Amino acid sequence: MLGGVKMDVDLAKMAEIDEALKDEETAHIMIDRNRVISRRDVKGLVIETHEREDGVDVRLRVLKGSVIKKPIHMCFGITHEKTMQRINMEIEIEDGAEASFLSHCILPKSGARHEMEAAIYIGENAKYSYEEKHIHAFDAKVEVVSKAKVKVGKKGVFKTDFELIKGRVGILEIDYEAEGDEKSIIEMTTRVSGREDDIIKVRETGYLKGEAAKGALATRIAVRHRARAEIYNKMVATAAYARGHVDCKEIIQDEGEAMAVPVVEVRHPKAHVTHEAAIGSVDKKQLETLMARGLSEDEAVELIIEGMLGA
Amino acid sequence: MSLLELEDVKLEINGKEILKGITANLDKGKVYAFVGPNGAGKSTLAYTIMGLEGYRDIEGDIIFEGESIKKLGIDERARRGITLAWQEPARYEGLTVAKFILAAARRKSPDVARDALLAVGLEPEEYINRALDKSLSGGERKKIELASILAMEAKLVILDEPDSGIDVASLQNIFDAIKFMKERGATILLITHSPFVLRQAEYAFLMCSGMVVEEGKMEDIVPYFEGKCLPCRHKNMPDVGRGKDGC
Repeated sequence: MLGGVKMDVDLAKMAEIDEALKDEETAHIMIDRNRVISRRDVKGLVIETHEREDGVDVRLRVLKGSVIKKPIHMCFGITHEKTMQRINMEIEIEDGAEASFLSHCILPKSGARHEMEAAIYIGENAKYSYEEKHIHAFDAKVEVVSKAKVKVGKKGVFKTDFELIKGRVGILEIDYEAEGDEKSIIEMTTRVSGREDDIIKVRETGYLKGEAAKGALATRIAVRHRARAEIYNKMVATAAYARGHVDCKEIIQDEGEAMAVPVVEVRHPKAHVTHEAAIGSVDKKQLETLMARGLSEDEAVELIIEGMLGA
Repeated sequence: MSLLELEDVKLEINGKEILKGITANLDKGKVYAFVGPNGAGKSTLAYTIMGLEGYRDIEGDIIFEGESIKKLGIDERARRGITLAWQEPARYEGLTVAKFILAAARRKSPDVARDALLAVGLEPEEYINRALDKSLSGGERKKIELASILAMEAKLVILDEPDSGIDVASLQNIFDAIKFMKERGATILLITHSPFVLRQAEYAFLMCSGMVVEEGKMEDIVPYFEGKCLPCRHKNMPDVGRGKDGC
C-alpha cells in the first residue's frame, strides 16, 4: 500500500494519496507525533483520541457482535528529527466482534523514538488480528519500544504479525504478554532484519490459562554486519489440553550476534508445549543449491533470508 | 570436442583418496550414467564436477567446453551451464516455488515457472505460491528442483539419484523431463544405482571404490545389476568382487 512512497513525504499528503485511507468504508487513524491528522470510524467501531504533549491516547472499541469487514488502518509516524512519540492504546474487541488491523509505523528521520503501550481485551468468541509493518529509512537510526498486555476471552482469537524488514531497525524493543482463556488462540509472529549496529530485543510471553487454549510464538530474525538480537520467548500452560509451541529461527551473517532463550513451562499433566530454536549461518545445502543455479553467494543469502522473513 | 572432459580426476577427503583417477568424456546432447554400489564415489564425482565446497582441491583436470574449470566456484560453473540436482533437495522456509524457479531461470517470466512445473507433472496453480518447505514431500521437492533446472536451461545437468523418494508414476515425469532436456541439446549425467534409471542413459560408466572399472553402451553395463557383478573388490559388497572373468 505504501510502496513507492518517498520517505520524506508528509504524512498528511500520504493520507491524500493512499487509496485505503480515502475509502469511505475503511476505518483509519493517522497520527504524526502528537497530532491526529486524520481518522474515520465505521459502523460498529468507536475511536476516541486525546492529544498530549508527547503523543496521543487512543481508545478503540469494536462493539459487541460487530464484524468490521475491511482492515482498520493505523498509521503512526514521526516526520521530524529527534522527536518522541508515545502512543497509549486501549483496544477492546467486545464479545462476538471481529476486526483486523493494519498498522504502519513510518519513521524516516534519525533520533526519533516511537513508544507504544497497548492494553488489549478480546471478548468471548471475538477475533482480533494485528499486522504491524515498520518502514524506517536506511540512513536513519530510530528507536521503537512496543509493549502490549493482552487478555483473550473464551474462544477468542488474538493474532499479531510484526514486521520490520525494510530499512534500519535502529533499536527495537518488543515486549508482548498475552493470556488466553478456555479454547482461545494466541499467535504472535515477529520478523525483523537487522544490519549495521542495530539492536533487536524481543520478549513474547503466552499464558495458556484456559482449558484447551492454544498458543504459538514464532520469531524470525536476520542479523548482519554488527547487529545484535536477543529473543526471549516464553509459553506457560496451566490448564488441561492446552497446547503451545515456541519457534525461533535466527540467521546471522558477518559479525552479527544472536541469542534465543525459549522457555516452556507446563503446570498441568494434560497440557503440552514444545519449542524449537535454531541460530546459525545460512544452511549450506540451501546456499549451494541456489549457487548451482547461477546465483552469487550474496544473491543466494539474500533470497534465503527474504524467504525466511516472508519478504 | 567433448562438452565435459574428466582428466584423471583424483580427490582426497580427510587424507583418504575417494576418487582415484576418473577419466571420462561426455558429449553434447547425450545421456550418461555413472552407476555403482553405495560408497563407489558417484556422488563425490557429481559434487566435484559442480565444485562444491570441500570438493575443489583435485588432482587432474575438469575441462568444460574446452576450458579448465577446476579453479572456478559453484556459481561460476553454473553460469557456464553446469548444474546439479541433489539426491535430497534442500528445503527453504518461506521461499515460494515461483521465486525459487525464477531465481534460476534464464528468462524471468512467470510463464517460465508455470511451464517448468507442468513439464515435471506438477499443477502450477497448486504449487506456484507454496513455500518450498517441509509441507512438501521429498518427491514434490525433487520435481520442483528439476523444474528449476528446466527453467535454467543448463548445458550439463547432473542428477544425483533422480529416482530417490519418487513413486513409480512420478518417475515417468522425471524421465520425460530428462528426454525434454536432451531434446533441447543438454547433456544429462545420471548418478544412480537403479537399473530403471540406468536404462535412460545411452552410455554408462561403472564405478567401484573411486574408479571407473568399466564403461560402454548402457546395455553393456546393465548386467552389473542383473548379476550383481562388480569387477573389483568393494567395501560394501565383499562377496561379489570376483574380477572381470567372474561376471
